[in-house]
Amino acid sequence: MNPPTTIYGLLAQYSNTAALLKAAEELTARGYKQIDAYTPFPVEGLAEAIGVKKTGMSLVVLVGCICGGVIGFTMQWWVAVVAYPLNIGGRPLNSWPSFLPITFELTILGGALSAVLGMLALNGLPCLYHPLFEIEAFRHVTSDAFFICIKATDPLFDAEQVRQLLADSNATEVWDVPASL
Amino acid sequence: MSVPAVERTPPAPVAHSVTDRITSVVLQRRTPVNWYLAFAFSFTWTLVLFVSVTWLFIRGIGIWGVNVPVGWGFAIINFVWWVGIGHAGTLISAILLLFHQEWRTSINRFAEAMTLFAVACAGMFPLIHMGRPWFFYWMIPYPATTGVWPQFRSPLMWDAFAVGTYATVSLLFWYIGLIPDLATIRDRCRSRSGQIIYGALALGWRGSARHWKRYQDAYLLMAGLATPLVISVHTIVSFDFAMAIVPGWHATVFPPYFVAGAIYSGFAMVLTIAIPLRMVFRLQDLVTDWHLDNLAKVMLAAGMVVAYGYLMEHFGAWYSDETYDRFLIYNRQTGPYAATYYALLICNIAIPQLLWSTRVRKNTLLLLAIALVVNVGMWLERFVIVVTSLHRDHLPSSWGMYYPTIWDWATLFGSMGLFVTLLLLFIRFLPMISISEVQEMAHDQAVSHEEVM
Repeated sequence: MNPPTTIYGLLAQYSNTAALLKAAEELTARGYKQIDAYTPFPVEGLAEAIGVKKTGMSLVVLVGCICGGVIGFTMQWWVAVVAYPLNIGGRPLNSWPSFLPITFELTILGGALSAVLGMLALNGLPCLYHPLFEIEAFRHVTSDAFFICIKATDPLFDAEQVRQLLADSNATEVWDVPASL
Repeated sequence: MSVPAVERTPPAPVAHSVTDRITSVVLQRRTPVNWYLAFAFSFTWTLVLFVSVTWLFIRGIGIWGVNVPVGWGFAIINFVWWVGIGHAGTLISAILLLFHQEWRTSINRFAEAMTLFAVACAGMFPLIHMGRPWFFYWMIPYPATTGVWPQFRSPLMWDAFAVGTYATVSLLFWYIGLIPDLATIRDRCRSRSGQIIYGALALGWRGSARHWKRYQDAYLLMAGLATPLVISVHTIVSFDFAMAIVPGWHATVFPPYFVAGAIYSGFAMVLTIAIPLRMVFRLQDLVTDWHLDNLAKVMLAAGMVVAYGYLMEHFGAWYSDETYDRFLIYNRQTGPYAATYYALLICNIAIPQLLWSTRVRKNTLLLLAIALVVNVGMWLERFVIVVTSLHRDHLPSSWGMYYPTIWDWATLFGSMGLFVTLLLLFIRFLPMISISEVQEMAHDQAVSHEEVM
């Protein structure tokens, strides 16, 4: 079999989460950075094992909330005071307490939209095609299979050496993932 | 909180078969005959809704029983009833997640779907209640050529924003919860069209550890945002009543009492859906008697808060020594609508007391019956608040009666038909129990079991 001229990376399957976690820690300790693990459900400690520290999601949501709230209040203030002032018995135009419910709702809306859109954007989704989908066994990643992939873009990547390392780490099978066309 | 009100550890589901069992409902080739029968029944009622709304648009709201002094009839009663039902879904998915109540896992997905469909039914009512519903967009602040802007000091505007935000956030929360499961169905689906549709909806999810980490953070943050949201939404719905000066629509107890009522009716609806669902699809080991028991306990607790709300309304009327407030209570108890008041007390306070008994909570059919009674009771509560408060206000010369017409009833039952239709479509085409969460729970339990060994 001729090795593919360009590969996306090497994919290894593991039989359970314990083996997966152990392999992920060992490979990361060897200095591989372009490494990812794939599981049907979130496995505690796996992201930390491959070197992920903070996701920054809370900052994204905080910014979303602040934007929603500021836009919400400013809009109401501008409409009530500048664009369409209504003089009702001389009451103040900037009646801010009655603007709070909508300000609150738009704060939440801004936060929720930024949580979902921010999560998808940072994850690079939607991404309907991915080189990993070429591997037939990868279909089981959403049911009962556990994988680790070391990408060819990793500075330490050497196909032969990585293949050996993955085989030594109790992987049940290792595949060459062809790069996308 | 030293002793949790409900037990924390659910009985372990059988891990390896979970994915097959849940996906098989969606992926089976043949749709069960029962599903078709149920769909035919509910869709007939949906058609009744379409007919009544079409006739409404042709003739105007004069076909309903609303008139001066009762300008808010079934439309607003149904609106508040449906919004309230929706709240339990958010409560189960968000608040129980934050409190690490793992027992929510088997029920959160369809409870969220229930929220979404209930909010859809609710949102319809204020729109069709407008005399000219094609001008609904006047509530949206946009630079119109008329130069007119919405009045942001009005509780009705707050309501539009609250329900709009709630519908959006519920949809997002439900959808991001579905993404990993949609990917599971994509990968197990054999038909090409199914692979394309579920594949597109799954957005290319591939279970990456980096993705899961951000996903979990986002999900938790969404839960944190949805919790105050659900409380604020029904608080604002209660402002529609509490901010007015009509006797019976002028009480500071309304926000907490409405929120408790929403949770009460919502849990009743979750039980109403869960009990038949687990019977039909034989999911007794995923949605266990133990889950139903917990739901019944929460329902009982919410019911007690509602009872306290009623008590405070009566106490407030007596303690204020206000003629009109006292008359309101007197009129509720002895006026022309007294029957609804007593039926409400029986449905919402008397009958649910049976839930104190473990034997009753373990009896599935009796539990279903009580849940249905509470659903009726909560609808009656809104009827009492809307109709009996309006029909006799300050000026006896403008007193009147409200009689719902056949179109009022047709719209109410039609909206139930729409709700059930949407729910049946959801059960047939989407996983009704979160696969990834049940798997995670089964896995964590297996691991902790090994550690103990």
